[in-house]
Amino acid sequence: MSRFKSVLDQGAFAVTAECGPPKGADPDVIMKKAELLKGKVDAVNVTDNQTAVVRMSSLAACVLLKRQGLDPILQAVVRDRNRIALQSDILGASALGIRNILCLSGDHQSFGNQPQALGVFDLDSIQFVQVVQRMRDQGAILGGERLSRAPDVFIGAAANPFGDPFNFRLVRLAKKVAAGADFIQTQCIYNLERFERWMAMARERGLTEKVHILGGVTPLKSAGMAKYMKKKVAGMDVPDGIIRRMDGAPAKTQAEEGLKICVETIQRLREVRGVKGVHIMAIDWEDMVGELVERAGLLPRPN
Amino acid sequence: MITAEQKPLDEIREMIAPYKRILVLGCGSCVAECAAGGEKETGMLASILRMAAKMEGREVLINEKTLERQCVKDFVILLDDIIQDYDALLSLGCGAGVQAVGDCFPEIPIIPALNTEFLGETKDQGLWLENCLGCGDCKLYHFGGICPLARCSKHLLNGPCGGSVGGKCEINPEIPCAWQLIIDRVEQQGGFERLEGIFPPKDWSKKQGLGPRRIIREDQQR
Repeated sequence: MSRFKSVLDQGAFAVTAECGPPKGADPDVIMKKAELLKGKVDAVNVTDNQTAVVRMSSLAACVLLKRQGLDPILQAVVRDRNRIALQSDILGASALGIRNILCLSGDHQSFGNQPQALGVFDLDSIQFVQVVQRMRDQGAILGGERLSRAPDVFIGAAANPFGDPFNFRLVRLAKKVAAGADFIQTQCIYNLERFERWMAMARERGLTEKVHILGGVTPLKSAGMAKYMKKKVAGMDVPDGIIRRMDGAPAKTQAEEGLKICVETIQRLREVRGVKGVHIMAIDWEDMVGELVERAGLLPRPN
Repeated sequence: MITAEQKPLDEIREMIAPYKRILVLGCGSCVAECAAGGEKETGMLASILRMAAKMEGREVLINEKTLERQCVKDFVILLDDIIQDYDALLSLGCGAGVQAVGDCFPEIPIIPALNTEFLGETKDQGLWLENCLGCGDCKLYHFGGICPLARCSKHLLNGPCGGSVGGKCEINPEIPCAWQLIIDRVEQQGGFERLEGIFPPKDWSKKQGLGPRRIIREDQQR
């Protein structure tokens, strides 16, 4: 069974982190990241060719993490695989002992290093959640054919409270819950005010009773990174107050300022009703996750 | 209609290089409407190719002719009397036109001068939009008359991705987010709850289930 699920079932505030597989076939990169994260988090998301850049497969990296005693969350995007391959991978992942799946659309192929690739998008992320849920709970694939054994997986989806149109963001969340999502990990939260409005709407619809919502955070390494995310990453909401705070810190201590903002954000997220945990996406900064979790007062992790 | 754009001149010249007697063949239908392969564009391309050959000192016969439609055999057979004068055809038809002409005259190499693009709407003068994939199973009614398969970069059927900002698509801020358009349109028509259900996976067998598609209408046959 998923350790991540059991932490949430116990009612503990869950902590997940992210591990990006290497641009190569070297398993040691994963082993090192596993060492850094072990004991600091409940589960680790393994990204699936994020930003459409070719990397070691998410499933392979999940198996490597599992061997190191971590509970991996397999990220799977619909960009690269049709419904045949997606369903097949879910069965394979379950057979290999992967107990958490995060169903995603995926960054568009034009952003990565294979812009000439065909984008598949045979299912969308919501349909994908529903397909996995039916495989698990009804033991059947799309179309109804029975499986010899159903996959045993905890099903997740993403949500971006900062995309437009705002009123439809809750519809998307509600659809993901109706499709069978057990947990939700959100886009990076810098605009807490907007996130809290989104959560209030989720509570009003009764969605927080049905799904575990983990707030996403990304520590800022520099003022430049904050500005880049604000300007260049669509659907990322970095308020001017955050930019000013990062700008106000001397260059040498900007990373520390970024960590402070992140710790404060986590502490505030713990107070938001319906938030069941935090998902830390420390981009190329996995060695800081342990300290961040400690400073946020989230250690030790439950067994 | 079918939209198309002329290929780069260098690519066309490379393909016609081995031939000495070339018929530049325009089409008066869709590709004329989108100013890519009509009589005017055919004349211009033929002139440019003649001039280029002359400047290189090459003896090449380049004539031009525009058919009403290259994709209909009844029009293509009008070439029967002149085709023997040429050793290659340079077609400014769409991909269907090029193949229809090629089927009628299999002994002569046919060269495409256009890149066929999409099933498009003429939005404005000089602006064509890809609005239909020709999927064989139209669901426009469910989406306020705006196709998410053709117009959303990720073909999403259940709402916008997280990259929809200010009504624009994350992969190209020049184009609108199809889902913003759908939501606005459906809201305007007072049916927002129509978009709240989970739309099932697309049935692609209507497009690819039996290989390349054919339409057979016995009532139209003679």
